[in-house]
Amino acid sequence: MSLVYVGILSHAPGITGRAHLATNELVRDQFYDCLRRQAEEIKQSSAEVLIVIAAEHFANFFMDNMPAYCMGVGEKHSGPIEDSEWLKIDKTSIPGSPVVAHKILKSVMQSVDLAYSEEWQCDHGIMVPLHFLTPNYDMPVIPCNINCQGPPLTPLSRVWQFGQALRQACDEQDEKIAIVGTGGISHWPATPDSGKINEEWDREFLSHLMQQNKEKLLSYVDEEIYRDAGQGGFEIRTLIAAAAAAGGQGELQFYSAELPIFAVGCTVANFDVST
Amino acid sequence: MSLYQVQKFLYNLNRDEKLQSIFHEDKYSVLSSYDLSAEEYSALDDGDIGLLYVLGVNGQILMHYAAYLHIEWFDYLQLMRDGVDKHGSVRAGIYAMAGDGVELTSAYALGDSGEPA
Repeated sequence: MSLVYVGILSHAPGITGRAHLATNELVRDQFYDCLRRQAEEIKQSSAEVLIVIAAEHFANFFMDNMPAYCMGVGEKHSGPIEDSEWLKIDKTSIPGSPVVAHKILKSVMQSVDLAYSEEWQCDHGIMVPLHFLTPNYDMPVIPCNINCQGPPLTPLSRVWQFGQALRQACDEQDEKIAIVGTGGISHWPATPDSGKINEEWDREFLSHLMQQNKEKLLSYVDEEIYRDAGQGGFEIRTLIAAAAAAGGQGELQFYSAELPIFAVGCTVANFDVST
Repeated sequence: MSLYQVQKFLYNLNRDEKLQSIFHEDKYSVLSSYDLSAEEYSALDDGDIGLLYVLGVNGQILMHYAAYLHIEWFDYLQLMRDGVDKHGSVRAGIYAMAGDGVELTSAYALGDSGEPA
């Protein structure tokens, strides 16, 4: 078994870019502490490569050619695409893992059509997690995005299949691999409703996710997600994929709707990796 | 309406510093290469965040354009609200999915602290 860790975390740009505007500093710092503990968990797992399942928000692709799933297979990745001062993360180069990435790509493609890119650019969706999980950018990263902004979006049943395919691909490798899924739950990012959080919806979703309740997870419908959880809710795809890859029960380590300036219910969790 | 063309321009502008420099010097030469309606052209020429939101530009694209224009976060949010008040509900794109842009965007507002008002 080479999948040694699976977790999830939030990635909203405000987590770094608007940290100074958070009025609830106690909760903010508890969240940051939990993210740092997640970094330590990944380190303790002896993972050699980190796969980040994130949401495509026009960092790499536009609607002229939008893959449902895409993996960054290059030797290095660049980011953030955003203004560094705005995101409060300096532009940098992140090491890739091309040999492992190509092996995983080839395996996943047996069941899910996964696009690939040699020229991956990271936006906040990956840079914010890396800022906490590998702050020195010294761990090889394989980025993997799911289209969560340009409908039609990949069905949730396909997302589950993708997570399982990713799991099988990881299990075929000699290298120890960690996976994190990063997305928002309910949120209305970059709109007039930015800061709105449907905590009840979030907690119900997280309960299903932690319990690996596949039937409930795959029963969400995009029109209802939009109504109850905003367009940011479409990013549950990244979290569902991570759960499917893990196979085991989850442990919710942090959730708070008390940081609206981050425009998302801030979340950290890990999963048991099933045997 | 050519929302696709508006978003394509902004997508290119957001990620290309060279294009940003050219656009800064000569907006016409850049915008004329996109198939825009007069209203869309005007919104981009004026940097009208509120109208661009109402036209349906995705926030994941629009917020970067606002940053390029040096618009602060809370001002960006307010400009979108003002746009809905002035021009009506979002006309196209992902935010028109529910068909109730006005209700959706006016039902919730943030105070200066970022807390729900």
